[in-house]
Amino acid sequence: MSSATPLLETRSLTKEFRGFRAVSEVDLTVSEGSVHALVGPNGAGKTTLFNLLTGFLTPSSGSVLFDGRDITGLAPEQIAPLGIARSFQITSLFEQMTLREHLELALASPTGMGRQWWRPVSRMSVFADRSMELLDQVGLADRAGVPAGSLAYGQKRALELAIALALDPRLLLLDEPTAGMGIEDIDRTITLVKRIASGRTVVLVDHNMHVVGSLADRVTVLQAGQILAEGPYDEVRTDERVITAYLGSAHV
Amino acid sequence: MSEQMTASVDVDLSQPSILSRRSPWRPLLLLGGLVVLVMLPYWIYPPVAMDILCWGLFAISVDLLLGFTGLLSFGHAAFWGGSAYATGLIATTWGVPFPVAVLGGAAFAMLIAVPIGFLSVRRTGIYFAMVTLAFAQMLYFIANQARDLTGGENGLQGIPRSFFGIEAIEQDSFYFYYAGAALILVGIIIAWRVVNSPFGRVITAVRDNPARARALGYDVERYKIGAFVISAGLAGLAGGVFAISHGFASLQELVWTTSGKVVLVTVLGGIGTLWGGLVGAGVVVTLEDSLASSGFEGIGMITGAIFVVIVLLFRHGIWGTGRDLVRRWVIDRRSRPRG
Ligand SMILES: Nc1ncnc2c1ncn2[C@@H]1O[C@H](COP(=O)(O)OP(=O)(O)O)[C@@H](O)[C@H]1O
Ligand SMILES: [Mg+2]
Repeated sequence: MSSATPLLETRSLTKEFRGFRAVSEVDLTVSEGSVHALVGPNGAGKTTLFNLLTGFLTPSSGSVLFDGRDITGLAPEQIAPLGIARSFQITSLFEQMTLREHLELALASPTGMGRQWWRPVSRMSVFADRSMELLDQVGLADRAGVPAGSLAYGQKRALELAIALALDPRLLLLDEPTAGMGIEDIDRTITLVKRIASGRTVVLVDHNMHVVGSLADRVTVLQAGQILAEGPYDEVRTDERVITAYLGSAHV
Repeated sequence: MSEQMTASVDVDLSQPSILSRRSPWRPLLLLGGLVVLVMLPYWIYPPVAMDILCWGLFAISVDLLLGFTGLLSFGHAAFWGGSAYATGLIATTWGVPFPVAVLGGAAFAMLIAVPIGFLSVRRTGIYFAMVTLAFAQMLYFIANQARDLTGGENGLQGIPRSFFGIEAIEQDSFYFYYAGAALILVGIIIAWRVVNSPFGRVITAVRDNPARARALGYDVERYKIGAFVISAGLAGLAGGVFAISHGFASLQELVWTTSGKVVLVTVLGGIGTLWGGLVGAGVVVTLEDSLASSGFEGIGMITGAIFVVIVLLFRHGIWGTGRDLVRRWVIDRRSRPRG
C-alpha cells in the first residue's frame, strides 16, 4: 500500500491489432504489496494488457517496467523467472497431467531440472511435498493424483491459482479468477486470494464487484483500451464516468 | 488408480504405460521383446530382420517428435540418409569399426539438425512439416550434385563392415544382426529414457499447452530444438546401421518418400506409443519384402491400402489399440464383483 517504489509501471503502453487499438497509451502504476484491480467492460483490453505485461504480446509502442527494470519485448519464459506469474482467463492446463504433476512442473522450472533427459522422471518427486502443500492451500490435496481434465470448473480455477503460486512470484496477475463460479466458490476464492496476497503484489481482473470490493486496494477502470478512472474502490465506484461506462452492462 | 478415466479421454497418453514400473505386464513384455529380438534372424532372413530394427528405431525417432513433442517432421530422411552417407564415408575413409562409423553418422545427423531445428520449430503443424521437408530436399539435392563424395545416382557403394577383425560379424549377416541390434537397442533405450525423464515431462507439456509451458518459464522453442536434435540422432543411428547392413548408401535414403514412409510406419504402430514404431516397422518391412520377392509391382499401392485400413480400423495404431484392449480387459476384470 506504500506509494514508495512502484513494482510495476507501464508508460504509454499501446497495442494495435491491424489499426485497432486494443490498449491505448496506458500509464499504469502498481505499488509493491498492493492488490490492484483492473475492471472494465468486455473488450476493454484487460486481457490484452496482461498479455503485454507477461510477454505473450509485444507492445506496438510504450514500455513496461518491473521493479525499475525495462522488460518490454521480453519473452514469457524470460519474464516468468523474474517473478511475474499469471493465471489465464480461459483455464489453461495440461488436461492429461495430474494435479501434482502440474505443480512439480511449475516448481521444477526455475531449477533447470526440465533439461535433464537422462534422468528418470521420478526425480521430479523431490517437489512432491511442496506440491501437496500448495494443493492443500487451494483445497485440492485430495485430488492430487487425478488428471486435470477430470476436475470441475471451479477446481480448475483453483488449480490455476496453485500453479501461479508455485512460481512464488512477486507479482501475480489473475485474469478473472472467479469467472463462471458459483457464489460459494467465489467466497472461497476471495479468502484464498487474500491469503496469497500477503507479501505479494496482485493485479486482478474481475467483473464481480463483490470480489473487487473485498480485495482491491486500488482500482483502475479501463474502457476501449484507455484508462477511464483510477483510485480507491469506494471512490471509483461512485465515479460518474464509470457508472456511465458500465450502464447497461449486467455486471454492476 | 486413475485407469478408470480412460474411457472419457480421446488420445490418452498420460495413463501409466503398461511398461511402467508397477505394471504387472512389464516383465512379461520385456521378456517377450527380448525373445523376439534374439529370435528374429532365425525366423526371417537376417538382413530383413536388421531392416525391421532400423526402421523401428527410425519410426521411434519420429514418434518422439510427433507423439511426444507434437511436431510432424516430414523431413526425417535428411537425418536417416544424411547419417547413412556420413557413416559410409567414415567407414570407407578411415576403416574404423562400424559402431564408431555409425556413431559418427548419428553425430552428423545431430549436427545438421541444430540449424534445421532452429529454423523450423518456430512453425507448427503443416508449416513445420513443410520447412523440414524443404531442408530434406535441399540435402537430397546436395547429395545428388556432390558426385565425387556421394557417388551421385550410383550411391556410395562397398561400405566396409569392419568389426575388430571378428569375421563372423564382418562377413555373416546373421551374426552381424546381433551387433547391429545392440546399437539399435541403445537407441531404443535412449528414446525410452528421454520420454520418461523430466525433459520428457516438459516436452509433453509443450505439446499439450505451449502457452502455459511458457508462462511457467519454459523456453518452448529450445525444448523443441532439443527434442528435434535427439530425434535426429536416433534417426541417424538407425540410418547408419542400415547403411552398414546393406553395404551402401543411396539417394533412396534421402528421398522425400522415405520421410513419408517413416511417418506412415509411426502412425501404423501408434502415435505417442514409442514401441509402436517397432511393430509398424515389422509390418511394413516384412510386407514389402514378401511382396518384392513375389515379383509384385504395386508395392506402394498395397502398403498404402493397408495403411488406410489400419488407420480407419485402429485409430491409435496397432500398438495403441492393443494397449487399449489390454487395459479395458484389466479394468473389466477389476470392476467385476468378486464371487
Ligand atoms: N490477437 C488479437 N487480434 C485481434 N484483436 C484482438 C486480439 N486480442 C484481442 N483483440 C481485441 O482487442 C480487444 C480487447 O480484448 P481483450 O483484451 O480480450 O478485452 P477484455 O479482456 O478486457 O475483455 C477486443 O476488441 C478484442 O477483440
Ligand atoms: Mg479478458
